[in-house]
Amino acid sequence: MSAASPDQVLPGAYKEGFHDDLKTVHNVPKGPTHAVIDYVCDVKGEPDWMRQFRHRSLDIFLKQDLPAWMPGLRDIDYDAITYYMSPVNKSANKWEDVPEEIRRTYDKLGIAKEEQKLLGGLGAQIDSEMAYHNIQDSLSKKGVIFLSCDEGMKQYPDIFKEHFAKSIPPEDNKFAALNSAFWSGGSFVYIPKGVKCDIPLSVYFRINAEQFGQFERTLIVCDDDSFCHYVEGCSAPVYTTHSLHAAVVEIFVKDHARCRYTTIQNWSTDVYNLVTKRAFLYKNAIMEWVDGNLGSKRTVKYPSCYMVGEGAHGEILSLASADKGMWQDAGAKLVFYAPNCTGRINSKSISGHGGRASYRGLVQVNEEARNCRVQVNCDALILDPVSRSDTYPVMEIDGNLATVEHEASVSNVSEEQLFYLMSRGIKKEDAVSMIVNGFIEPIVKELPMEFAVEINRLINLQMEGSVG
Amino acid sequence: MADTFEIRDLHVSIEEKPILKGVNLVVRKGEVHALMGPNGSGKSTLANAILGHPKYTVTSGKILMKGEDVLEMETDERARKGLFLAFQYPCEVPGVRQSNFLRLACNARLGREMDVTDFYSKLEEKMKVLDIDEKFMKRYLNEGFSGGEKKRNEILQMMMLEPEFAVMDETDSGLDIDALKVVSRGVNELRGPGLGILIITHYERILRYINPDFVHILVDGKIVKSGGPDLAAHLEEHGYDWIIKDGEPAPVPAKG
Ligand SMILES: Nc1ncnc2c1ncn2[C@@H]1O[C@H](COP(=O)(O)OP(=O)(O)OP(=O)(O)O)[C@@H](O)[C@H]1O
Ligand SMILES: [Mg+2]
Repeated sequence: MSAASPDQVLPGAYKEGFHDDLKTVHNVPKGPTHAVIDYVCDVKGEPDWMRQFRHRSLDIFLKQDLPAWMPGLRDIDYDAITYYMSPVNKSANKWEDVPEEIRRTYDKLGIAKEEQKLLGGLGAQIDSEMAYHNIQDSLSKKGVIFLSCDEGMKQYPDIFKEHFAKSIPPEDNKFAALNSAFWSGGSFVYIPKGVKCDIPLSVYFRINAEQFGQFERTLIVCDDDSFCHYVEGCSAPVYTTHSLHAAVVEIFVKDHARCRYTTIQNWSTDVYNLVTKRAFLYKNAIMEWVDGNLGSKRTVKYPSCYMVGEGAHGEILSLASADKGMWQDAGAKLVFYAPNCTGRINSKSISGHGGRASYRGLVQVNEEARNCRVQVNCDALILDPVSRSDTYPVMEIDGNLATVEHEASVSNVSEEQLFYLMSRGIKKEDAVSMIVNGFIEPIVKELPMEFAVEINRLINLQMEGSVG
Repeated sequence: MADTFEIRDLHVSIEEKPILKGVNLVVRKGEVHALMGPNGSGKSTLANAILGHPKYTVTSGKILMKGEDVLEMETDERARKGLFLAFQYPCEVPGVRQSNFLRLACNARLGREMDVTDFYSKLEEKMKVLDIDEKFMKRYLNEGFSGGEKKRNEILQMMMLEPEFAVMDETDSGLDIDALKVVSRGVNELRGPGLGILIITHYERILRYINPDFVHILVDGKIVKSGGPDLAAHLEEHGYDWIIKDGEPAPVPAKG
């Protein structure tokens, strides 16, 4: 069968909504079963400890309930989903070695070969496996490791075992357990002491299969005094059925190191996006999550910083745009275990065409975390009366010397602003888009240039016709 | 006709409440008219109705610019055709850079993409006239500007857009003496055969820098008196009471 062209199947404005008919190398019966785990372990040739870990995780998943506050997920039919499927059987490190039909998919998505030149490394996952993973020589010479997570486990078992599931154990939540049982793909990154990796490492996640669960697992270790910027993007075809994306991302930012993790999530509105992201910050470490959520049917994601070393700084910039059929339940967590740490959350959400955006935030200052400062800003922009925005901030302050500032606002595109801009000759739709882009500007300006352009484009498309 | 801006028997309501009750006014290009009147008499209502603010409903009457029916046009179209309002309370638009906004507005007014170098050299020149620091262009539109800075910014926009008819709603309020001089300098530079201006003000002070050709007094939604510049001086001294009471001016005291 020939691959569909994007124009043929393009539904509305979501240009990533096409799917290709790819031959699968691996395919297993539907449903989350122990038999699937054994198949995956055999195919991957995994060590026994991982096999046991997966089985234990599945038991946790099957036993654990959804938290009561996590609504809108009860209708997921876990038995209708395929938990491991791959059109490739190995990850190539030369673009030419990626199977041609998969290369075509990536070409359509604009992950052209050229883009590698601007990047320190590029990875591309399709369904369960990484089809491509490569790193610039200049970085590998400095000892930077950038592999698929599976390869990381094989080639660097010590670093892997020391960190894997240490910040997010399977018991953490139902979807972390699910990921722990079926994880496949994702990245393994190690930045050695003192190495500044100043060009981004970038990974693109693509779901192509229908009724499928993608469970990539990413582990990033920034050793003392190092720096790294990791960037991820994603998309999926538009089907009438549902898929599941339940990733786990664990980051360890060691003494004086800095890590920035940028996500532009643009799943189709068939995808449940249920992701656990957590960073441990050691002495004077800096972690920055830049989290953009533009797609999916339902996103549940709260990137977290756990300050375990003195003087650490955790920062989360969160941007969510909830269009028709979407519910973005995004937010952030800052947890303080050490003194003299600082944290900042800046969240902006837009909802339009009946979309719903929620901010859910936790700031927890434990008793030993003296003299910490936290600043939380969350602003919501609601474009029309059928859309909705909610805020659920939780503060748990045990330490007596913490300074916490919290500011929140909800606004509409104001008549006065529209009139002001239009009184200068600017057309209404341009005025609306100026106001909306202005609203998200504080976050967009933190993004790499091409992401900023893409975000503005996507948000303008989503907003079209939403202000009366 | 081609050179006039004309308001005919204009009635305007806000939320069903009549505010303007039959305003008549003709401004020709090249003329400066001052509009004075007590608080709440409807001056800003007139200004907003001229640009088509959605809260202000024109219940009857006409507004014609160069013979064209302004009331038929959307706000942005009125502006592109050459109408301008310097707001009494310019609003803040967070995250929208001054320079981007101005460029979009200039392009809209021109009906084509303005050459970037031309744009910036014009901008630089106008900012110099108005004593506006360069760093304002990197800031967000009116965000965190002081009252006086906002007013100056309105005049900057007016100078960049080169309207044919401009309404200035209390541009002088809240300006210190130096700022008032600077703003007046800008307006006087624009003044000329291609521009008609309606200045709304409470004070004669600005009219000493920008000499009006006519002065009108609006009371309770109607222009009750029109005259020359001396009318403004007279108001400064006697207030509005004499007009509201009997419509006859108090005797102008002899100089000396
Ligand atoms: N948005 C509004 N909603 C309700 N009433 C309004 C609104 N705007 C103006 N008004 C009323 O309309 C009347 C005229 O107001 P307007 O702002 O035109 O007065 P003004 O002459 O400009 O006064 P000032 O000299 O104080 O600026 C006032 O009674 C005012 O309260
Ligand atoms: Mg007024």
